[in-house]
Amino acid sequence: MIQTTQHKTWIGLMATLLIILTMTHNIQGQEMGDVLIKNGTVITIEDGVKENTDVLIRDGKIEQIGEGISIRDIKTIDADGKYVMPGIIDAHSHLGLDAVNEATNPVTAEVWVGDALNPYDVGLYRALAGGVTTAHAMHGSANAIGGQCETIKHRWGEMNPERWRMKDAPRTIKFALGENPMRVHGERNNVAPRTRMGMEQEFRRSFAAAKEYKKEKLIASSNKNSQRPEYSLRLETLADILDGNVIIHCHSYRADEILMLMKVLEDYGVEDICFQHVNEGFKVAPELAEFGATASVFSDWWAYKFEVYYSTAYNATILTRNGVITSINSDSRELIRHLYHEAAKTQRYGDLTDNEALRLITINPAIQLGIEDRVGSIKIGKDGDIAIFENHPLSVYATPVYTIVDGVVRFNINEDPNDVRVDIDPKEKVPAFYESHIHDHELEGCMQGTELSTHSH
Amino acid sequence: MKMSTSRIILTTIFALSILAISAQQISKPTYGPVLLKGATIYTVTEGIIEGDVLIEENLITQVGQDLDGGDALVIDCNGKRIYPGFMDSGCKIGLAEIGAVSLTQDFNELGSFTPHMKALTAVNPSSVHIPITRVNGVLTAFTIPAGGLFPGQGALINMHGYTPESMSAGFEGHLLNWPSSGRRHRWDRRTDEEINKDKEKALKKLNEFWQSVFAYANISSPEGYKPQLETLKDVAKGKAKLLVEVNKKGDILDAITWVNENEVDAIFTGVAEGWRVADSLAKYEIPVITGPILDNPSRDSDRYDTPYTNAGKMAKAGVLVAIRTNESDNVRNLPFNAAFAANYGMGVETAVEAITINPAKIFGVDDQLGSIEEGKQANLFVCDGDPFEMKTRITHVFINGYNIPIESRQTLLYDEFLERDPGLNIKD
Repeated sequence: MIQTTQHKTWIGLMATLLIILTMTHNIQGQEMGDVLIKNGTVITIEDGVKENTDVLIRDGKIEQIGEGISIRDIKTIDADGKYVMPGIIDAHSHLGLDAVNEATNPVTAEVWVGDALNPYDVGLYRALAGGVTTAHAMHGSANAIGGQCETIKHRWGEMNPERWRMKDAPRTIKFALGENPMRVHGERNNVAPRTRMGMEQEFRRSFAAAKEYKKEKLIASSNKNSQRPEYSLRLETLADILDGNVIIHCHSYRADEILMLMKVLEDYGVEDICFQHVNEGFKVAPELAEFGATASVFSDWWAYKFEVYYSTAYNATILTRNGVITSINSDSRELIRHLYHEAAKTQRYGDLTDNEALRLITINPAIQLGIEDRVGSIKIGKDGDIAIFENHPLSVYATPVYTIVDGVVRFNINEDPNDVRVDIDPKEKVPAFYESHIHDHELEGCMQGTELSTHSH
Repeated sequence: MKMSTSRIILTTIFALSILAISAQQISKPTYGPVLLKGATIYTVTEGIIEGDVLIEENLITQVGQDLDGGDALVIDCNGKRIYPGFMDSGCKIGLAEIGAVSLTQDFNELGSFTPHMKALTAVNPSSVHIPITRVNGVLTAFTIPAGGLFPGQGALINMHGYTPESMSAGFEGHLLNWPSSGRRHRWDRRTDEEINKDKEKALKKLNEFWQSVFAYANISSPEGYKPQLETLKDVAKGKAKLLVEVNKKGDILDAITWVNENEVDAIFTGVAEGWRVADSLAKYEIPVITGPILDNPSRDSDRYDTPYTNAGKMAKAGVLVAIRTNESDNVRNLPFNAAFAANYGMGVETAVEAITINPAKIFGVDDQLGSIEEGKQANLFVCDGDPFEMKTRITHVFINGYNIPIESRQTLLYDEFLERDPGLNIKD
C-alpha cells in the first residue's frame, strides 16, 4: 500500500519534470539542421540563377552560397543536374487546422486559428512533398472580419503544435467580402450583411467602435476619474489593426468590393492589406498598385460561383505587369502539392519570365506575410528552407525530390515512407477510403464548418 | 473642309466603338480547305512524321510530304507540331456553367434510377467554358450526368457547334455508379457498419433493377411506357457499353464479377485504386477511364504520389487507359493531368495516347478521331512545342474542319485589361 503511494508520487514527479522539460524545449525553439547541397542549379530568386553552386545551411540558416564549398562531417545532398530553389510559400492554406470558421457573428476578430493547430494532418506532409515549407494557415471566409491566422512552417514529424508556428512572423487576420459572408449571415441567419452595401457598413461600424475603444482607453490612462472601457479582445484586435500591427488578408472577388474596402481602409489610415483570391483584381490593378495593396490569387480557378464567372487565368500576369506584388496560393489540400505547376501556368496564360513566375510562390507571398527577411529567397542569413527539383520547377515534368525546413530534410523522395500517418485510429481495420476528392475541394476551403461548404472558396 | 474633318473624326469614333463592342465577342470560326505545311506531325498511330496535313471540308484528306493543296489556305507550320485534338473522357462541360448557381447545373436529375436522362439534351453550345477549353487543345469531351445509381447517358461532344446534335462526336453511353463501400468524402461521418449496410442496400436495388431490365430486354413486344428499361435494353443484351464508376479496390473486384456474370460490355471509370488490382483489370480486358491525375490520394495511408502513378501502373499491366479531368470548371487542364501521369511512370507517348486514340477506341470512334490519319475528322491543333509544357503556345485549332480562333472570354479580358484604358484617375 505504502509502496504504491510512493510509486504514484514518483510517477507524478517524473511527469511534472517531463512537462517542464518539454516546455523548456519549446521555449528553446525548433530543431535546426546542418546540410550541404552540392553542385545544384541554384535559383536564388533575388540574385539570379547560379550554375554548379553549393548551398551550406548550418544551424538552420543559410551560411554560404558558392562553388566548391567543402565541409567534413556534414549531411551532404548531391544536387548535380537538379534545381535548388527557396522553399515554396503558400499564402492561403487551411491545412493543419482543426477549426477554420467561427461562423457565429459577422465580426470575430477575437478568435485565432493558432489555437487549433493539428500537426498530424497528412496533407501537411503531402504539401512538403510538393516543396512547400511555409504556409499561411487561415481562418475561413464566413465573416466580414474573421479570425486571426497563423504562419506555420511545415516541420512534419514535430508533434507539438507550438513548434509549427513561425516564431516572430507578423500577426495576420482574415477579412471576407461578397457571397460567403452574405450567404452565412444575411441569407442563412437573417442578420446583416446581406448585400455588398451591408458589407461596407460592417467594416465602418467595426473600425468606428475600435477607434472609440482606443480613445476611451487613452482617456482612462491619463485621467483617474474616467473608467477604462470593458476589456474586449475583439476591439483590442481591431484596434491593433488600426495601429498597423496586423496585416489584413481579405477574401475578395469582385472589382467593386475591392475598391470599397480600400476606400474604408484609406479613411481609417490602414495600409497593410493583401487581397486573397481577388479574381477580378485584374480589373482594378492600377488602383491596387496605387494603394500598395498586394494580391494572392488562384492560377486558374473560376466559375465555381457567380462572383468568379468573369475571371481570367491571366489575372496573375495582368496584376504583375501593373506593378501589384502578386502570389499564387492553393486554398486546397490538392493544389498545395503542386504550386510550382500553378505558378508555371502564368507562362501559358501570359508571359511571365521564369523569375517572375517563381516569385509568385516564394518572395512575393513572403512579402505578403511580412516574413521576406526570413524566407522566400536563397540568401545568406535567411532560413534554410529549400526545395530541390528534378527538372526545372516550372516544367510540367518537374519532380520535387527533397524539401528542407530550417536545414532539416523533411521530405526525401528516396526515403519516402508509404504510410506517413502518425495518428492511426487503433480501432481501424483498414485505412478509410474517400470516394470523392472533388468534394474535398468544395468542402475543405474557406467555408469549412459553416454547413454551406459546397463550391465556396 | 472643317465639316468633313469632324465627320471623319466622328466616323472614326463610331468605328472604334464598334471595335470595342466586338472585342467582347469571340470571332467566328472559318471554313474551307487548309494546308498545314512543314510541321512535325505527331500522328499518334503512325509515329512522328515531318510533313504536311491537308484539311478539306471536315476531314483530313492527305498526310505526307510536299502536298499540293490547290486553292487551300496555306499555314506555315515550320518548327511547329501537329497533334490530334485531345479528348477528355469524363467531365461536365456544357452541363455545368456556374458551380454555386444551382439552376445552371444540368447534370444531376432527381432519383436513383434515371438512365433515360441524356446529357446531349442539356449540352449548352453557348457555354463560356467551351472556348476556354478548346484553346488548350482539348477539342472533344465526354460530358456526363451524375448522381444516383443510373444517372443517365453521357455524350461525346466536340468543342464547337451551334446545336447539341452538331457538337455530337458519335458516342453516347450509359453510366452506373457502383455502390461504394468507401466513405463519400472526408466529412462522411457514417460508421463502418452504416456504410456496409448502405452499400448492401444499394447493391440489392441494383440487382433487382437489373433483373427487370434483363427481363424487359427479352420480351419481344413490351407494353407500356418504361423509358428506364427501354433505354438499357441494348446494354443488357451486351450490344451497348456501360460505363461503371468504381474506385475502391474491393468494389472494383466486385464490379468485375458483376459485369462478367451479367455479360455486360463495361468500361470502368474513376478506378482510383486500379493500381492495386491492375492485373485483374488486364485479365478481363476491361478498359479504364481514370482521373483526375491531379488529385489527392484516396486514403491517408497512401503514398503522396498515388494518383500521379495510378494511370501508368495500369497501363504497364496491359490495361487500355484513358485519362479524364472529371472537372466542371477546368477541363482545359486535361493536358496537364496527362503530363503528371507521364512524369510519374506512364511516359509521354502513352500519356498522349491516353487523351487521344485510347478514349477514341474505348468509345468506338477511333475510325474518326484520336489520330492524324487520312480520312479522319479534322480535329487537330498546331503548337510551337511540347503541348504538355506550360510555355508552349497553341497557335491553331481545327474542329471538324472549322478553323477556330484562339480566343476565349479569358483571353479577351487579358487583351482588354493588361493595359486598361482609361487607367488611374481619368477625369473629364
